[in-house]
Amino acid sequence: MEKTGIPSLEAIDLHCARGERSLFSALNFTLRGGELLRIGGPNGSGKTSLLRIACALLEPTRGEVRWAGENIRRLQEEFWRQIVYIGHASAIKDDLTSAENLRVACTLAGIRVQPARIGEALRELGLGGCENLPTRVLSQGQRRRVALARLALSEAMPLWILDEPFAALDAAAVERVQNLIAEQLARGAAVVLTTHLETRIATTLRIDLGGG
Amino acid sequence: MLAALRCVIHRDLLLAARRSSDVMTVLLFFVIVVSLFPLGIGPDPALLRTIAPGVIWVAALLASMLALQRMFASDHSDGTLEQMLLGATPLGMTVAAKVFAHWLVSGLPLVLISPVLALQFDFPQELLGVLTLSLALGTPVLSLIGAIGAALTLGLRGGGALLSLLVLPLYVPVLIIGAGSAEAAAAGIGGQPQLLLLGALLVFAGAFAPWAAAVALRISAE
Repeated sequence: MEKTGIPSLEAIDLHCARGERSLFSALNFTLRGGELLRIGGPNGSGKTSLLRIACALLEPTRGEVRWAGENIRRLQEEFWRQIVYIGHASAIKDDLTSAENLRVACTLAGIRVQPARIGEALRELGLGGCENLPTRVLSQGQRRRVALARLALSEAMPLWILDEPFAALDAAAVERVQNLIAEQLARGAAVVLTTHLETRIATTLRIDLGGG
Repeated sequence: MLAALRCVIHRDLLLAARRSSDVMTVLLFFVIVVSLFPLGIGPDPALLRTIAPGVIWVAALLASMLALQRMFASDHSDGTLEQMLLGATPLGMTVAAKVFAHWLVSGLPLVLISPVLALQFDFPQELLGVLTLSLALGTPVLSLIGAIGAALTLGLRGGGALLSLLVLPLYVPVLIIGAGSAEAAAAGIGGQPQLLLLGALLVFAGAFAPWAAAVALRISAE
């Protein structure tokens, strides 16, 4: 993927209501390649909903999100082929090993990886030696790392959308994930994330969702 | 895209192999329900021969119903479903792969064991082929139709009961045609028309049900 050809993600007049409650309204932003958007706000302020709208899992009450000028709900697979979404649920199967989980996640996302790279990615996240253990025996933080190991294999994806990537991680793992994000930004890709943690990566855009 | 479909099928079979009790429950349920009839009705060979296709078909239908809820439930709760919705492969294809894997572990064993169960009913051996073939064509249709229901009731409270209410009426044509094929063959008029109809139903359901289930999944995931 060329550095210069990375499209921008635009939100236009987004409104979102869950049930009776309005979470946010008239939200606009434009995120270009190499920029980091950090979404803050208290629990229940709609951070996850905003991320789910940004990857077309959820339909906004009003407004639209555009990728390269096209509505993402029309682009569908063409858009999804270019993004990495790591949600609140880690999409880790207890009965599969770490390596199998990672391979399935990559294949579903359309990333072709060599088996050797899978081991490398797991080691990069500090999971060396756990490759062939069922994730059932791993701790919460380790399972989160298995999910995040996908980032090490997703250099080619121009947009990363991460929901609380640092939750349940120890300091060393937080450092590693921050490095991955910083490297990805340096490659010219865009990253959207929610976190309660102060990160050392330069935040270009910041949206703070108020409680209503 | 084929790599992704292979991967989904392989993953589901691997999961089923590591959780083999789920598969065994469905199979044992089928065996027990079918075996209850000769015990309850008593040793009247003529009557047993007549009811055999109907009993085996109804039991197969209930057994495949039992397995339906699991089709998307675990993927929904651990977030894998979100990744499938956002996958590079069209969702309809992914669903088709999942339904196929689901049939391999919950439908195919029923098809394979049904000739043995039919012996309990003194079912004529030359008609076993028709009965097995009708199940082989019919159970995938049940899985395909069931996938739509499973997708629609995903994440609902009391989804299981609702799923039965939703899906069982849709199973009726498959049941009538499927059980009818062996009955027609037993009456000496040949079950071929019914088998052809089942084949047509399978092609039709195979082409449309995955896409309908995909739309339902997108709605359930919101």
